[in-house]
Amino acid sequence: MGDVRHLYVHLPFCAHRCGYCDFVTVVGRRGQHGAYVDALLAELELEGGVLADDVETVFLGGGTPTFTEARELARLLGALPAAAEVTIEANPETVTPELAELLRTRGVSRVSLGAQTFQPRLLGVLERQASPDDVRRAVHTLRDAGFDNISLDLVYGIPGQRASDLDADLAEALALDPQHLSCYELEAKPGTRFTVAHGEELARQADAMEGYFERVVDTLNGAGYRWYETANFCLGGERAGGRDLRARHNLGYWRGHDYLGLGIGAVSTVFRERRRNLPSLPRYVAALVAGERPSREVEPIDEATHARELLMLGLRLDEPMAVGDVTDALDHDALGRLVELGLVELARNGRGGELRLTRRGRFLGGGVTSELLVEAAD
Amino acid sequence: MEQDRIRNFAIIAHIDHGKSTLADRILELTGAVSQREMREQLLDTMELERERGITIKAQAVRVSWRGHQLNLIDTPGHVDFTYEVSRSLQACEGALLVVDAAQGTEAQTLANAYLAIDGGLEIVPAVNKIDLPQADPDGAAGELGDLLGEPADRVVRMSAKTGAGVPEVLDAIVERIPAPSGDRDAPARALVFDSSYDQYRGVVAFVRVVDGSFSPREPLRAMAQGTAFDAEELGVMSPARMSVDALSAGEVGYVITGLKDVSRLRVGDTLTSRRRPAAEPLPGYQDVKPMVFAGIFPTDSDDYPELRDALERLKLNDGSLSYEPETSQALGFGFRCGFLGLLHMEIVRERLEREFDLDLLITAPNVAYRATTRTGEEVEVHNPAEMPRELEQVEEPYVRASVIVPKDYVGAVMELANERRGTFDHMEYLSEGRVLLLYELPLGEIVLDFYDQLKSRTRGYASFDYDLAGFRPGDLSRVDILVGGEQVDALSLIIHRDAAYDRGRQLVERLREEIPRQMIDVPIQAAIGSRVIARETVKARRKDVLAKCYGGDITRKRKLLEKQKKGKKRMKQVAGIEVPQEAFLAVLNLDSERKR
Repeated sequence: MGDVRHLYVHLPFCAHRCGYCDFVTVVGRRGQHGAYVDALLAELELEGGVLADDVETVFLGGGTPTFTEARELARLLGALPAAAEVTIEANPETVTPELAELLRTRGVSRVSLGAQTFQPRLLGVLERQASPDDVRRAVHTLRDAGFDNISLDLVYGIPGQRASDLDADLAEALALDPQHLSCYELEAKPGTRFTVAHGEELARQADAMEGYFERVVDTLNGAGYRWYETANFCLGGERAGGRDLRARHNLGYWRGHDYLGLGIGAVSTVFRERRRNLPSLPRYVAALVAGERPSREVEPIDEATHARELLMLGLRLDEPMAVGDVTDALDHDALGRLVELGLVELARNGRGGELRLTRRGRFLGGGVTSELLVEAAD
Repeated sequence: MEQDRIRNFAIIAHIDHGKSTLADRILELTGAVSQREMREQLLDTMELERERGITIKAQAVRVSWRGHQLNLIDTPGHVDFTYEVSRSLQACEGALLVVDAAQGTEAQTLANAYLAIDGGLEIVPAVNKIDLPQADPDGAAGELGDLLGEPADRVVRMSAKTGAGVPEVLDAIVERIPAPSGDRDAPARALVFDSSYDQYRGVVAFVRVVDGSFSPREPLRAMAQGTAFDAEELGVMSPARMSVDALSAGEVGYVITGLKDVSRLRVGDTLTSRRRPAAEPLPGYQDVKPMVFAGIFPTDSDDYPELRDALERLKLNDGSLSYEPETSQALGFGFRCGFLGLLHMEIVRERLEREFDLDLLITAPNVAYRATTRTGEEVEVHNPAEMPRELEQVEEPYVRASVIVPKDYVGAVMELANERRGTFDHMEYLSEGRVLLLYELPLGEIVLDFYDQLKSRTRGYASFDYDLAGFRPGDLSRVDILVGGEQVDALSLIIHRDAAYDRGRQLVERLREEIPRQMIDVPIQAAIGSRVIARETVKARRKDVLAKCYGGDITRKRKLLEKQKKGKKRMKQVAGIEVPQEAFLAVLNLDSERKR
């Protein structure tokens, strides 16, 4: 019995691959869902030994996990270990009362809905299948089924998105009273269909959209949401009703905990080793049918690298981190300079003090973090 | 060969007026090179010269013509190389002055012709390119004759391209140029008028023997420096290297010295025999003082030793190049180099980059200044960042500039000269359509982009030459550039007070464009003393985040940040601000860009 308390399960199936997506996804292949779930459970059998008795979180990500055939999804959920938080990602158009019921009865406690935007025009640009009404309907359906921890994903910086569009999206999202919001700036990743089609337009808009991030944070803070991670917000204070509504699974990543990942493209970090399953679905299934581990890339994470990751991940959070935990990863000259510039806050206490980014530092988190990191030895 | 059958001559011609083609034709006609061996422009051996169509280093070639030995000593054709021309001329008794029949006399040609006349040389004037449809041989010959005070029928007409008239040119050289008149029985003396370096055989000196005779393996001494060595080999270029048993008074050739240290034999020195040394050295050359200075830095600081070696090598046969170590907080370790002019600087840079494969960063050029401090101390300043702040007076070098231009462009030239603080001296008509204008101008204005402006405003018709006219006081300011409140030493400049504001504004605007946005606002200022004359701000970035980071992204995001950190290390840090090298380059290239 191990002590890994976070489990990720990748469900790659989608009805359609959106242009901006660079995740490991598989379109259609209804006939293979059963075989894939079999393979997942076989992999769990092989690797599950590292899991602790009391698994804290399970996260089903995709792809579109809720596009998986109901029967197979139910079978999978039934076989996964119970956990305090079980999250599933869902596309709004896939959420039906039946699905909500299935999830509810199989232990899912939290649903993350990919809303992205409420503007039909922009949904078109993103090639999303859902309409704005689908999003509203999905939230109500889930709530009716008893879900009290719903997260919405929003994307900003979409080609053609005006500041007023962003304001409208935020208002629409807030009107649905989600417990949690993830807001991502659209990344035009090289090589995606989307970047080929819209890359130049995005570059042209970059200046105009520079203030969108601040706008998102200001609006959500103003509505009582806590900006607890670079791109994540949850109801806080009174509105949380005493609950900690942060995504516990993801907090595990940001605090540098070990995690086990199952499925194609899934990543695990266990005992200073990072493993990434290769993305081929047929090979993954074939390996597990044969009772073998799927092919994967293995990256050793030495102590120094682990410390740099702790620093990099921890700085994304609003909670302070102990300098003592990351002192070897810190460029202390840069730290002094960044404190002076008002980008990093250093609280002196006990063992070497505590460290976190200031509000302005968080907006510049990428640059600040790269400066704070000691250079990696080659 | 008896001295009365020797003729030593140089060719003086403007760039593109056909000097190299003529040299080729002479080699062919005299049988020194067969037509099959003939490569165009044989004398210009250096890759660079071939490309730019100009000749940089003087060389000597021996040919035979109707029982005579002709030594052709090549000369450079650009305004910066007057010094080298005069060096070559000292090895000659005469000069062939070549003028393009279509373009007429150019200022540079005229200057060099006067240099030759002053040196007591016999001038053989010739008009080239008579085969061109637009050629005006009579007009050009008349103009040239007038300038030299010779009848037009003494001007030889020829086409180096077709070969027409070239035998007549050679005949005129034999007839009109006097034979050398050294004393062959006197102790041996030879003037070193050029040198090169051979990887295996060391320093090769090009000499003109004035008195006596030298033989191979003879123990020699360089009289000025006192360097002793044995002549490993004597020879002539014809045009390939060919060893000979003796070099006697009146002859031109080379001496392989075996010296491995290039600094031990300088051009201008006199060689004599240690067996029977001469009492007095030859007059030699006056040291020329570089007037244009710039910092040269290796892009990669690891290349500093290579840069030092390369400069030492170039210095061997380019006595006018000077350099001393310079340390810049922004650009690292390099050298402050002195040049005769801008083209000289360009050529040194290109040779460093091409022949020595160096990646370089060069600061904006400036002239030499003479500063008097409030305490009465006088200093010569070669680097704007070293200009004292408490000044009583600054003097800058002035030149007498001559411009020859078709009369339609006189207005344009005057306008330019006025903009550049020029003082009109006088103007004369060389012919009905062509005018010679004389101005006094600060060299600092010429160094900026005068020549390019002149060319562009006269559609390329103007020709230009200058010589130094001494130092004069000027209303000059030192302008410093500050990034994030800290002075960037490599960007300081000295400029006339009237131009300081415009220039300061250009520089800060350009820097603002080039410096990437940082995590804080970065002020960029131009200042005279403590007074800010221009200011721009690079606004702080408002966001810089890695949008998502979950379990599957950690390795990639970490590597991204690590790469970013490494990238920062390569930037030059000024006041904690990351300034990419490209930003310095862009600012330093401001002038060259304006030219385009």
